Amino acid sequence: MFSYYLELALRSLKRSPGLTLLMVLAIGFGVSASMTTYSVFRAVSGDPIPWKSSQLFVPQIDMWGPTGRSADGEPPNALDYIDAVALMRDHRAKLQSASYRVAPTVQVPGSGRHPVSVSGHAVYSEFFPMLDVPFAYGSGWAVDADTNQAAIVVISGELNRKMFNGQNSVGKMLEIAGKDYQIVGVLGKWDPQPRFYDVVDTGGFDTNSDDVFIPFTRAIAMGMSNAGNLSCNNNPAEASFAGLQRSTCIWIEYMAELDDAAAVQKYREYLNGYALTQKSAGRFNWAPNNRLRDIPQFLDDQHVVPSDTKVSLMVALGLLIVCLVNTVGLLLAKFLRRSSEIGVRRALGAPQAAIYAQFLTEAGIVGLAGGVVGLVLTGVGVFSVGLVLPKDIAALAHINFSLLLLTLVVAVVSAVLAGLYPTFRASRVQPAWQLKSN
Amino acid sequence: MAGMQIKPILAALRHHKSGTALIALQIALTLAIVCNALFIISQRIAHLSRPSGVDENSLLVIQNQWAGKPSVDETASLVKADLATLRQLPGVADAYATNAWPLGNGGISFGMGYTPEKQASVTSTAIYFTDQHTLPTLGLKLIAGRNFHSDEITQAKGVGSMALSEIIVTKDLAEKMFPHGDALGKAVYLSAKPSTIVGIVERMQVPWVYSFADNWADRSTLVPDQLSTPQGSSYVVRVKTDQMDAVFHDVKKALFAANRLRVISPKDGVQRFSDVRAKAYKSDRGMAIMMGLICVVLLAITAAGIVGLTSFWVGQRRKQIGVRRALGATQRNILDYFLTENLLISTGGVIVGALLAVGLNLGLIAYFELARMPLAYVGAGALVVLLLGQLATLAPALRASRVSPVEATRSV
Repeated sequence: MFSYYLELALRSLKRSPGLTLLMVLAIGFGVSASMTTYSVFRAVSGDPIPWKSSQLFVPQIDMWGPTGRSADGEPPNALDYIDAVALMRDHRAKLQSASYRVAPTVQVPGSGRHPVSVSGHAVYSEFFPMLDVPFAYGSGWAVDADTNQAAIVVISGELNRKMFNGQNSVGKMLEIAGKDYQIVGVLGKWDPQPRFYDVVDTGGFDTNSDDVFIPFTRAIAMGMSNAGNLSCNNNPAEASFAGLQRSTCIWIEYMAELDDAAAVQKYREYLNGYALTQKSAGRFNWAPNNRLRDIPQFLDDQHVVPSDTKVSLMVALGLLIVCLVNTVGLLLAKFLRRSSEIGVRRALGAPQAAIYAQFLTEAGIVGLAGGVVGLVLTGVGVFSVGLVLPKDIAALAHINFSLLLLTLVVAVVSAVLAGLYPTFRASRVQPAWQLKSN
Repeated sequence: MAGMQIKPILAALRHHKSGTALIALQIALTLAIVCNALFIISQRIAHLSRPSGVDENSLLVIQNQWAGKPSVDETASLVKADLATLRQLPGVADAYATNAWPLGNGGISFGMGYTPEKQASVTSTAIYFTDQHTLPTLGLKLIAGRNFHSDEITQAKGVGSMALSEIIVTKDLAEKMFPHGDALGKAVYLSAKPSTIVGIVERMQVPWVYSFADNWADRSTLVPDQLSTPQGSSYVVRVKTDQMDAVFHDVKKALFAANRLRVISPKDGVQRFSDVRAKAYKSDRGMAIMMGLICVVLLAITAAGIVGLTSFWVGQRRKQIGVRRALGATQRNILDYFLTENLLISTGGVIVGALLAVGLNLGLIAYFELARMPLAYVGAGALVVLLLGQLATLAPALRASRVSPVEATRSV
């Protein structure tokens, strides 16, 4: 039976090629515009560490007081050195790490090659297990390396490829900012986007890879200064990097792993107690105003998904709706034009269900054709996104099987939905009336 | 004349309720989306055409890092040597060392207030490390006071050791702090010690173009410090007329020839200011282009829909048109009939669409902190949509007008 409807549908579509083409193009453009913007949206709103993001928390402490808060009373989004180190010392979470961005020059000692500038982070040992960072060779470092300010480094797979041709370089030396460091680990492929462990410096997205990770304590001891953003509510009292460490300027990111609600509650109480202690010590003269958000909440609070992306997704959905309304109108015209044909079929005994099947098949075919056009246009669209949007966002948008499938499904489903009302109207054609008037 | 036709048109439309409603709905949605999209485009264009205040066509930015790890005292002389090298280059007019530049999206911001405690910090401001060469290099217009003297410039080892006793501020910042226009010579507080405003420049945008700095985009402070950190300094270079390509090409070589112990990224170590601007506003431009494309597609689809449905109606009414023609209606009457019909439907759609447009704008304001759309956009959008409807109807209506009176005699 279906093949009969298919034949009827194709014959009918062929009879008015202009109208058919209009519908197919309308669906194709509508679907591809929505899918293109959706691909960008999907890329930027993804969870960078879905299996663990609700256990990773970013503590915020109000070290600036009322004058430093945002308009809605939020405390600063990063920590100063004093508080970051105090939180590390108290060590109240299962795993935790303070970190800051560094941008040293590196070279292989004795290679005679010119040094290159890289980006990296100074972190604590628990950074690697906490974020499930994958290693190709070696591993992170033990807690005592933090304490001993060890001259060791974990490098990215990318840097390992550039410097050591991708060979296992664990144990080899790397000169970083003029000093020798021993490589203890080489990362596997690891490029989480959004860059959740350093939203403050990247705004969420970063096309540059993070190439070196060195112990936080070592970086501080070597005076390796912060390469990320620095915000101050007050000018530091003393010159130098050491002075910055005694100031309330914020430049340190912090993350803690808390596995269950009880742990989260306990950590909240701890932060509250910490702020109260600072108050009684005279460092803060305001009530505690801490925040403790998990990764999805923190990314949301920091507006990591650009509102541009959301607005364009909405506009594209609007476009799709207009295309559907358009298709409803055109299908209505097309179906009702065949009122006499319907009348004859009904008079010869076809039930309403048969009329439904026939016309929805026709709508489905239009949808499928629109979907194919949509696939091509989505391909063009995703490619063009790279031309008009910033690289760090555009690079994330890509076509994969699920996007292609979704394009087709959306096209067919929306065409069938658009066909429902015209089909309903067609099925109600009175056979007697049609036969009589002709 | 068209007025006389309205009654029969309304009567006819009553027979095509759903078709009429669909076209009107489509026009309403199109109007709502198009005028909001046009508004977003105009906002983006306004944002990306904000003047930075610096002489962009003549500027190059060089980001230099020191290899190895020179001491702070060494870097001070390295920076001085570099500046001398740069200024001696043929094609270079002037240069200075700094931490940040307009549209660079990286830098230092401080709160500025009337008291040292800053309990009442009045505004945020960007801090630019500068020297006496900065004003001529950037082409900043001094509107009051004076430039820094060479003996005021200190070597800052970091943010903490900035000299802040004399500062130059932008006009916007001066007016924010001292609305009566008497900022020159006044003291403000960026730190525990007062800073005296010795000069006011017309305009210099802050480094950030995103919403973070929207409320203080032109409030910059120039401090008389040469930043010498062991990591490196950036240089802003003013190029003589028509020498941009030559200097862009040679400057890296010249710096390396003077001192090899440095890293200048091959990717963005040397940037023309035009590249800095393009990078900073890429997302604004991208959003404007995307919205523009969506508008075009939307209008095209709506026009196509109108052509399709009107053609269907014309086909359905061939016999009636023939009867009217036989009874003496002119081709012009038939044409007018369909155009008026479309105008009526479109007007209905435009009324609903105007309400939807305002509603959509209010939604965008509530969820995405967009600005309020002036009603002129709705007016302009309505005009565009009405015109589009008339143009789309023209082809099928012309076909209708050519229906021969003989059609009246045919049976189907």
